[in-house]
Amino acid sequence: MSSDQVLRIDRIRCDGHGLCAEMLPELVRLDDWGYPIIAPGPVPRHLLSHAQKAVAGCPVLALALARGTQTSR
Amino acid sequence: MTGRLRLLAGPDLAAGAESLNSHVQRLGPLPSTGKAFVDVVERSGLTGRGGAGFPVGRKWRSVAASGGETMLVVNGAEGEPQSMKDRVLMATRPHLVLDGALVAARGVGAKQLAVVVGEAHTQAYMAMAAALAQRPEPFLRQARLLGAPARYVAGESSAVAHLVAEGVARPTSRPPSPHQSGLLIQNVETLGHVALVARYGAEWFRSNPTVLVTAAGAVTAPGVLEVTQRTSVREVFELAGGGPRPIKSLLFGGYFGAWSHADGAWDLPLEPAALRDRGLTLGCGVVGFLHDVGCGVCETARIMRYLATESSAQCGPCFFGLRALADATGRIAERGTNPDDVARLRRWSEEIGGRGACRHPDGAVMFLRSALDVFGTDFANHPPHWRARVA
Repeated sequence: MSSDQVLRIDRIRCDGHGLCAEMLPELVRLDDWGYPIIAPGPVPRHLLSHAQKAVAGCPVLALALARGTQTSR
Repeated sequence: MTGRLRLLAGPDLAAGAESLNSHVQRLGPLPSTGKAFVDVVERSGLTGRGGAGFPVGRKWRSVAASGGETMLVVNGAEGEPQSMKDRVLMATRPHLVLDGALVAARGVGAKQLAVVVGEAHTQAYMAMAAALAQRPEPFLRQARLLGAPARYVAGESSAVAHLVAEGVARPTSRPPSPHQSGLLIQNVETLGHVALVARYGAEWFRSNPTVLVTAAGAVTAPGVLEVTQRTSVREVFELAGGGPRPIKSLLFGGYFGAWSHADGAWDLPLEPAALRDRGLTLGCGVVGFLHDVGCGVCETARIMRYLATESSAQCGPCFFGLRALADATGRIAERGTNPDDVARLRRWSEEIGGRGACRHPDGAVMFLRSALDVFGTDFANHPPHWRARVA
């Protein structure tokens, strides 16, 4: 069951700390330079609380949850 | 057939900027238009000529619907290194661009105007400055003229918006897109067409649209041509004087574009739909010709290095990713094929796209993927230190 929320990254803010991939490995992996690659599509409902923690944990506030269906940038 | 149909018709281009008098005598006064003109633009089918090809009418509606103050930005930054058409148009027909700016501003209700010209394009900059000073309309006389740094991403629309607002020509995070926030950013060629549509109508334009192209690479007379969209690639080659050797590959759309084999593309018209069927776009209008002894791998390595350098270094996947792509392509070009590098190029080119604030990384990986397709055999068998093999 998917939620109506998607993960969004402000790519200019993101510095590749990588906490999001630690806290939410189901949806976030890191590229060869340590920057997140987000799984496409809405956040599954059962991962929503983990996603919220990952958002809160981002040290530069680059990660956000937004209403929508399209993962973007 | 001539390479100067409409926008570039009139006095000799070598004479420089056409004066206001000559412009008005040749084309007649600019008809007065208003907000309803958006319907005409929509019917004309005109699309943006800065590279993205967005329908102009739809963009105007979006800007007009944003509410609040709107502003027009005339975009003549032309950061694409192979493209010459915007600077040639501004340097020779500045009043056509300004006519188009007036019509666009009336169309969306813009009260302010900024004109952005690549700061390295001196003749274009001087011509626009002089033309603005010659005009009686207060809207034009009060325009701000800004020089855009000679950087590839400086012409990207969020970078242009950033330059106008804060003097920094770097892309910003989206959304909202500039046109959703009341900023109409329109390429100079697009505005030139708008000025003619205002005089001759939507059907006149729609029946046979023209496009400014820059013929680059292995042609005798590289430069800017204005041709109809029915013109074939072969005719563009011939208009540019032909070339000393047979053409092997084509680069459509410049560095933000894609490679194609010349075979099979030679008779393609420059129509957006015909090109799209082949996965191509004319983008900013560059058609590059690579002859039979040129090396696609080496050309691609050179362009990837350029694109990596031109990252505005704000987003990690672009800054680090494009550099890694350029390094791997360069290694193949210099030291010969290494299967690990080819595999990395394929994987990275899938991972990097869509992960920047602007579309610079997307364009770079699309360009690279087209190179891997078209020059696949060369990438798989590239010898070290490629030498010219003139037959």
